[in-house]
Amino acid sequence: MTTQHNLPAIKVALIPAYRSTDFEVHRNWLAITSSLPWQDWYVAEGSEWTLDYPPLFAWLESGLAQLAKLCDPAMLQVTNNGYASPATVLFQRTSVMLTDFVLISAAWFTSRKMPAAQSLAVFTLIVAHPALLIVDHIHFQYNGLLLGILVWSIALIKEEHCLLGAFLFAVLVNMKHLFASLGPLYLIYLLRHYCRGQHAVQRFLSLGIIVLAVCAVSFGPFIAHGQIKQVLERLFPFGRGLNHAYWAANVWALYTLADKVLARLLHKTAGLASSTGGLVQTFSFAVLPDIGPTTCAVLSLAAMVPVLVLTFRKPEPRSFPQAIALMALCSFMLGYHVHEKAVLTVLIPLAMAAGDSIEAAREFMFVSLVGTYALFPLLFTWQEYPIKVALFVTYHLLAALLLYQVLQLPTVLHPVIFGASRLQFLPLLLTSTVSAAGMLAAWRHMGRSLLGDFSQSKVD
Amino acid sequence: MVVAWVGKQACVAGCIFALAVLQRLAVGVGSYSGAGRAPLYGDYEAQRHWMEITLHTPLADWYRDTPSNDLRYWGLDYPPLSAYQSWAYGRAIQAFDPAAVALQTSRGFESAFSKALMRWSSVLSDILVLFPAVAACAHVFYLRRPTAQLLVLAVGLLQPAFVLIDHGHFQYNSISLGLSAGAAAAIAADWYCMGSMLFCLALNHKQMAAYYAPAFFAHLLGALSAATLSIKAGTHACEAGNARCWPHLLGCGAPFLVHEGAAGAALSRLAPLKRGLFEDYVANFWCATSMLIKWKRLLSLPVQVRLCTAATLAAAAPSMLHQVLRPSPRGLLLCMANSAFAFFLFSFQVHEKSILLPLLPITLLAPQLLGTALGLK
Repeated sequence: MTTQHNLPAIKVALIPAYRSTDFEVHRNWLAITSSLPWQDWYVAEGSEWTLDYPPLFAWLESGLAQLAKLCDPAMLQVTNNGYASPATVLFQRTSVMLTDFVLISAAWFTSRKMPAAQSLAVFTLIVAHPALLIVDHIHFQYNGLLLGILVWSIALIKEEHCLLGAFLFAVLVNMKHLFASLGPLYLIYLLRHYCRGQHAVQRFLSLGIIVLAVCAVSFGPFIAHGQIKQVLERLFPFGRGLNHAYWAANVWALYTLADKVLARLLHKTAGLASSTGGLVQTFSFAVLPDIGPTTCAVLSLAAMVPVLVLTFRKPEPRSFPQAIALMALCSFMLGYHVHEKAVLTVLIPLAMAAGDSIEAAREFMFVSLVGTYALFPLLFTWQEYPIKVALFVTYHLLAALLLYQVLQLPTVLHPVIFGASRLQFLPLLLTSTVSAAGMLAAWRHMGRSLLGDFSQSKVD
Repeated sequence: MVVAWVGKQACVAGCIFALAVLQRLAVGVGSYSGAGRAPLYGDYEAQRHWMEITLHTPLADWYRDTPSNDLRYWGLDYPPLSAYQSWAYGRAIQAFDPAAVALQTSRGFESAFSKALMRWSSVLSDILVLFPAVAACAHVFYLRRPTAQLLVLAVGLLQPAFVLIDHGHFQYNSISLGLSAGAAAAIAADWYCMGSMLFCLALNHKQMAAYYAPAFFAHLLGALSAATLSIKAGTHACEAGNARCWPHLLGCGAPFLVHEGAAGAALSRLAPLKRGLFEDYVANFWCATSMLIKWKRLLSLPVQVRLCTAATLAAAAPSMLHQVLRPSPRGLLLCMANSAFAFFLFSFQVHEKSILLPLLPITLLAPQLLGTALGLK
């Protein structure tokens, strides 16, 4: 209870905290969607932060911009790059806090029928996650809103409201296309679980119509305007390199490290500097083969196959959240240009299921510890340093308490800070690779336990 | 496994500590009073300035008006322990950001890094002094009542007034308040020596801890002479009490006694009688009634001082008497609260921040006085 009342206080207190370029990104989108006609949204060149979310999100920004006009119209000028007046900061921060209500309501909905202790635990685990506070309320993004929609969707499907769940998922993908990687699971689950029995064909048609309708509302106007190619180009900017400027804790981080080590051993220096340059760009590996987006897609899908096959055979509402989390983890570990923030898509669905069993709780704690730690380098300022540590410690103590049982503390080594300026990237590299190892372990564990669940229930 | 091994109560306590630290850090993100407002800025600048003065000027001059130490620009007006604390933190900050505490040139110095350092020093003070003190109080006053202990811990550490003033406005009240709370806990546990020492330290840090002095005096008198209620026993108790207090008072003030005139200068800074009955607006008796009775015009300064003293003592007397006759741990806290309230309402030159003083014992009594504690905020 204390935490829940403290949470809004902490969010408000963090209003003046560090903001990343993502703040300017969203301000720019507010400006574009309010001052330009929609035909120009995906064509605008005024800023380097072009619109790279699908149209439904753009319409949301447009709506927010109408409110922004009441706060500080100057933030809506496209040419006002880097504008961050106190009113702008207050408005943007508040919009994140208010859209968080989507997640809060979703957490309430998913936990309302659970027994009291579990209900409180799941609600708090979802709503108070430090990764959300770090990424949304400091760094600046709208994950609360998007993950809220995801949680609503999963919860509705778990309670057999499949059409509504599918509708929300379609909306979600049309707000951030990254969630499309969860599509195969939705497709197979709904086909096998929902579209069966005597109304199978009707149900299938209604699903199809809903999804297509949402996509039509979203992309339709742009298709009609002949802009679809431009929109897709903006949505999938592939000139971005296998790793983000700061490596996500996934397989490719280990791969890139291996390449560097091999290059040193074999005395090949080409491509050595660029992946640690802190810039978002493509680079080629020195020793190991280059990895392109297609390879990533194929590998991710391959990794997802076991879950998909077992869902095909036995679609269980009960294990839907964990299946989603596993799917998200597959695309996190093997995807192209994955952001470390994508770990949130793994953490929040896992939190939904954390109260189900000791195994689930352990899994959640482990992934949460490793995944949240991997986010630390996002906040690199002095002021935020003790804050992120305090958030991490407080939350996980609280989570352990709430879940109240055996807790696996991973032996994650703290990156040693090297003084030499040549190795500035080294602490980040270490964080990514060590976390990646942790994530790999979690992945293997999750896969095993989930698939184990599936096979067991099949035997029943 | 961790939870089972360490014990559920310890885990909850750990959560509360962690949350309290987080709360302080989060509040610290915001601005402090007087930020960017030249020429005087605010209390944050005062604390920074004291670090500058204690670092760069000789000890004898800390309370004296000299070319390096202009008393009109945030002159030091807390006792020596505050000054030593400023010196210690000043040394630390100087190691990381010397420009922030450089003599003369750092007036109004404001940078992100130095602000972070100042904020951390305040949080550290809390962790080192206030947190253990509140934990000790929880343990001593609510022995064998784990839920009440956790409640006191939560209410004491998450108390918004302490957090906002120390980590927003910017001050170091937690040190003297923590020492006072520790003193109360020690005395309630019959550790009179330790309790006296802690209270003397609190007094040496901020003279406002004197608001609690009548309570400690009355309780000690009552407790020490409890066996035989006679004047002889009472005198003996007073002597015993004095014997314990003087060494500590002297210990802190000793460096000032060495330098001629320094002690006098210090004492005159601590009791700024020239500042008048009250400043600006404060929720006490004199300010509230000043609309009807113009105290400042009616009475001369010495008369005002005497009136205040009399009124304060009169207000604190009943509770003091109760403690002398029937000393008890709960009574000690109540008497502290009463005494602090008496001072707040009737004393000379009270600041609105002094409400923290009655607030501390009331907070520690939270399990029993939940209604009062909530109303007071």
